This record gives sequence, structure tokens and C-alpha cells, in this order.
Amino acid sequence: MTRFLAGHRPRVIIGKKIAPYVLLLPFVLVFVAFLIVPMIYAFNLSLHKTALVGGTRFVGFDNYARAFVDPNFWSGVWLLVRFGFIQMPIMLSLALAFALILDSGLVYARGLFRIAFFLPYAVPAVIATLMWGYIYGPAYGPLAQIAAFLSLPKPDFFSENAILGSIANITIWEYTGYNMIIYFAALQAIPADLEEASKMDGASAFTYAVRVKLPMIVPMIIVTIMFSIIGTLQLFSEPYLITNLARSVINSHFTPNYYAYTLAFTAQQYNYSAAISFVLGAVVAVFSYAFMLASNRGTR
Amino acid sequence: MAKDRIEARRRQGPSRRQLLQGGAALGAAAAMGGLAPQALAQEKIKLTIWAWTPKTQELANLYSKKNPNVEVVVENVGQGAPHYVKLRNAITAGTGLPDLGQIEFNSIPSFRALNALANIGKDGANSVKDAFVDWTWSAVSDGDAVYGLPWDSGPMATLYRADVYEKHGLQPAETWDDFAEQATKLAQDAPGTYLTDFANDSGWTAAVLWQAGWRPFKTEGSKIQIRINDDVAKKWANYWQKLIDAKAVDTKPGWTSEWFAAFDDGTYAAWVTAGWAPVLMQQAMKKSFGKWRAAPMPQWEKGGKVTSNWGGSTFAAFTTTPHPKEAADLAAFLTTDPEVSRKWNTEAYLFPVLKSLLADKDLMGHKYDFYGGQAVNEIFAASAAEVDPSFEFSPFQDYVNSQIEDNFAAAVSGKGTLAEAFDRIQDTVVTYAKDQGFEVT
Repeated sequence: MTRFLAGHRPRVIIGKKIAPYVLLLPFVLVFVAFLIVPMIYAFNLSLHKTALVGGTRFVGFDNYARAFVDPNFWSGVWLLVRFGFIQMPIMLSLALAFALILDSGLVYARGLFRIAFFLPYAVPAVIATLMWGYIYGPAYGPLAQIAAFLSLPKPDFFSENAILGSIANITIWEYTGYNMIIYFAALQAIPADLEEASKMDGASAFTYAVRVKLPMIVPMIIVTIMFSIIGTLQLFSEPYLITNLARSVINSHFTPNYYAYTLAFTAQQYNYSAAISFVLGAVVAVFSYAFMLASNRGTR
Repeated sequence: MAKDRIEARRRQGPSRRQLLQGGAALGAAAAMGGLAPQALAQEKIKLTIWAWTPKTQELANLYSKKNPNVEVVVENVGQGAPHYVKLRNAITAGTGLPDLGQIEFNSIPSFRALNALANIGKDGANSVKDAFVDWTWSAVSDGDAVYGLPWDSGPMATLYRADVYEKHGLQPAETWDDFAEQATKLAQDAPGTYLTDFANDSGWTAAVLWQAGWRPFKTEGSKIQIRINDDVAKKWANYWQKLIDAKAVDTKPGWTSEWFAAFDDGTYAAWVTAGWAPVLMQQAMKKSFGKWRAAPMPQWEKGGKVTSNWGGSTFAAFTTTPHPKEAADLAAFLTTDPEVSRKWNTEAYLFPVLKSLLADKDLMGHKYDFYGGQAVNEIFAASAAEVDPSFEFSPFQDYVNSQIEDNFAAAVSGKGTLAEAFDRIQDTVVTYAKDQGFEVT
């Protein structure tokens, strides 16, 4: 009996060892075909240079050397750093506040509010930007009309000082609900007996929320900050779509991704554009890693 | 992108009003329609066209009717910028190009630089040369080499609001000096009303500078002369800078719905614009019906007769086509056939490039109620004959356009002047040209 089993065991083990890989195969194939291969292709592009006159030649890391000192690229990064410092705290605090309120059980029709908050995320960025573009309209937009009706000066959402806030507002509108859902799910997972325990210790609902619930979802908050850092540094659609309305403040290198786009499709510098994309990837990695280090130190 | 915007507006679908019903008076054009008979394919072939204009498949089918062996398939792969991105991708890939494509006048040098355009001069294209307005032919040809056939154009003139002009005692400006004076006066008389908007559009900028005598590029093979910040440009920059500083013109971005609304409610009184604009405005305006008029483009010299062009396209054959002769013949048919070329104007609202159509009293003399019964096309047709043919676009015009718009934007929002913007554009474009392997002189 033991021999019989022993005789079969290796096959079972091999089967168990192979099965996960077989199941992973479809993902791996797609991952390789649509991420790894294009990245290798793009990296290869970034090591060459194609000129209108003279064709293509290998230039090593020349494109990277150029990117590292390109003011158009770094001005975009700096803009997004400033953008992130406005946009992320507002968006994530709003999301957190909404999640805590919905989770507190003080609200009727919780499901309805949850969907209402989440709905903007389901609206494509293109539609959202066009919609806000109309609302911001400097002469005939609804806000300008209201200001005119009240004999106030019409607000200019596309001025140099306002444009970052205007775009931040669009992205806050778009992504607050998404982050709220993540927080809400984490809050729902907190065991109910903790609430009872804190009540017995005399904690108010507010104290319970801030002192008990909040610390328990810190890992989730860290995840959302991470997502936001990555998303912010890749900002493209909103400024791109609003360009026509605010041409005097949004130029062709407004954000790094915008710059990579115009380099490739307007200036036909595909090689340099590929290099810019990789440098941006490195910048994202640096920022994310720095944040991870900081948050590890903070939570330790 | 600017191109994209121009195209988007100028081909905004059919209007309620037909430009013309009748279809007589083909006299002068009757001799044309395709190239001289030559040995074309006898077997069945298929030709593909990439274009974004309306009615294109319908009119292309007329070719198949006369040439049953040739099936013509029109594909719309995008309007303006996306169209060119796809063409460039196909050129880079070396496969997937159509036989013929819509190429705007300002993109001809860029695609020639990629060696993508077939020289159809040797396929008999020179035989239709005289049918076209001179400047359009010099834009597509290089000696006997022909890289596309002119299809539609945008000669410049002025559209203005007769009611606003009348209220403030203005007459259409004959010279740019008058224009500046009027702009200043109007801004003083009626704060909040502007004679025009300086909309930072690179296509418009090139057109009005073209009229002023700006000749920024001269390309010969891999040699290019770049004079973007020459005296003409500086004089032009100072002219507009003065008006901008005095707040005598507005500086809002063009082509937005707000911008059109400003023309509609009389906030802006005039637009120096192209031959495709009259129909566009008729479709875009809501309440200003009947209040619009057209007048010639202001001149730099009193009594001068120099105009320029903004926009317009050609049909170009690509080097990869296995049927260059047939592609050339199709292009010639689509651009010179009396019936088809007329229909481009009456059904797709393209402004003509054929001398015969511009001289056609029936077509150009059509009176528009939107323009208070004025035959506005006559103004633009007169302008078409005065376009200076010596203007050249660069072989990397998209890049130049983006630099114009970036740097003008900075100047308009108070960072430096337009004159300084021209210096910066000159520098970046020279750097770019060298980087692209050109010998810059």
C-alpha cells in the first residue's frame, strides 16, 4: 500500500508543481506579448536615432543623456510634483471622509450614496474633461454666467495661476469615488466587536472612527497614495483635452507624458520619445520607492 | 493639431442650404477629366484612398463607373493629425499605405522628406498643370516632378459683421494700418467688443505672414535655409504686439464653442480667414444670420493686391503603390473631372483650385442669404488669383507649428513679446533641423 502510494506520489507532485504554471500561462503570454515585448522594442528604439536625413543609427545612451538635462521634461515633472501636493491630499481626505461617513451607519440610502460617489469614476476621462471644459467656459460657461448675473467678475479657470487647480479639480472629481470605495471596503472588513469594545470603553463614534478605524486601514491608505503618485506622474488626458481651451498656458511639454506624445507624433522623434518614457518610468519608481521608505519608517 | 482643428471646422457636414442646384456652364472644363489616354491596367484592380472629406466614396465611385476595371475604396482613418500619424506609421512599417491619400498643402514637404510621395509627373500629371491656380501647382511640383494634385484651397479674405461695423462707423479695412486703427477705436468706443481675436493658430499665422512676405524655409534636398525671425516676421510681430498690449484685440484661443459664440453675438467683429470659412460660419452661427459680409484681405501696401492661402488639400500617390499610373489617373479624375470637381464644391463645400471653376460665374456668383445676399465666393475667388506662389512650408511643418503655438502662447500670456517668440522659434527649429540631419544655412 505504501509502496503503491509512494509509486504515484512523484507524479502527483509534478502535476501539482506544473498546474499553477499551466493556469498562469494565458496571463504570462498576454503579459509578455503586450508588455514585455513592447518594452524591449521601446528600449531598443531609445538606443537609436532616426533622422529625416541620414536614416537610423545606433547612439547608445545619447537620448538618455539628453533627457536628463532637458528642461522641457523636468519642468513637466516639477509641475506634477506641485500638482500632486495640491491634488492628492484633497482627494484622499475627501475619499476618507466620505468612506468614514458611509461606514458609520449614520447615513440612510448608503448604497445610493456609494454609487453616486463612485459614478464619476465610470465616466471616461474624455467626457469628464469636455464636461468640465464647458463648466469652466470663461464667457458662456454656467459659472461665468452666474458670476455675471451677480455682477461679479467672471472667474478665469484657464489663467496661468488657475489652470493647475482647474485640472486638479477634474481629477479629484474623477477619482475621489474610486479611492473611497477602496477605503470603504477596508472599513467594512473591520470586525464589529471592536466597535462594541470601544463603546464599552466609552469612546464616541468620532473617537472610534479616528482612533480605531483609521489606524486599521493605514495599509490601504498607503496603497492609494502609491496609486495616486503613479497616476499623477502619468497625467496626460486631462491637460491634453483641455489644451484647445487653454492654449496660452498648456504647451506641448506641459506634463512628461504630454511631452513624450508630442515628441513622437508631432516632432517624429520616436527614439527620444521612447527614452523620455523610460526616464519617466524611472522617476515614477524613485518617487514610489521614496514614499515606501518614508511610510515604512513612519509606521515602524 | 492645428491642422486637425482647421479641418474639423471646415468640413462640418452638409448644410441645410445647397450652394447651387444647376449644373451647366462646364464649357472650359469639358476638355479635362483624367489624364491623356494611356496604357492602363486591363485586369481588375483595387485602389485605396485615405481621406476624411464627406461624399468622397460617392464621388470616387464615378471613376469606377467610367473605368469598370478599377474598384476604388475610400477609408477615413481620422481627420488631420490622426490621419497623418497613421500614414507615418504605415511609412515606418513599410506596409499598409493606401494608393492615394489626402495630403494638405502644408504637409506635402513633410511627406516628401520621408520619400513617401510618388512622382506622378512621369505618369502624365503635367498634362493637367494649366488647369490649376498657379500657386497650388508650385506647391505640389518641383520642376517636372509632381507629388500630388491640388484638390481644394483656402484663399484669404475678411469676413465681418456688417451690423457691428455700421454701428461704430467702420468700413472694411483696406490696409493693415487701417485695421489696427479700427481695432483701437472699436476697443475704446465699445469696451468688451473687439475687431478681432488673435487666436494663436499656427495655420492662420503662416497664412497672414505669407501675405506679408515671410519666406521662412527654402529646402533643397538635405539643405535647408531657415529664416523664421526675419524682418518681415519682426515687423508683423510688433504690429500685433502693439494691438495686444493696448488690448485692442482679444487673445482667446480659437475654435472653441466660446469663440464661435463671440462671433455670433458680435463680441468679435471680423475674421481674416480662408475660402472655406463662409460655409463654416453659416453652419456655426445661430443668431447672426444675414449680418455677415465678406471683404478683401487687408493689404500691407495701399492699393496692393497680395493675398495668401490657409488650408486646402491635394491627392497624392504613395511610392508603395503597385499601380502608380492608375493612381495618377484616379487623382487627375478626382481633381479635374468637370462633374466631380464641381461636386466637391457644391456637395462637400471645398473651395476650388481649378481656374475654370473660379471663373465660373454661376458657381462663384451664388448669393447667400446668410451674407445678406452677397456673392461672397467672388471675393475669395479674386483672392485665389492674388496668392503669392513663392511660399514654401518646411519638411517638418508639424514641429514648426507646435513651436509657433507654444511660443506665441507664452508671449500672449505675458512672458516676453511676439518678436522674442520668433527668435526662440528660430533657435529651436534650427536645432531640430540639424538634429534631423539637415544642413542648415
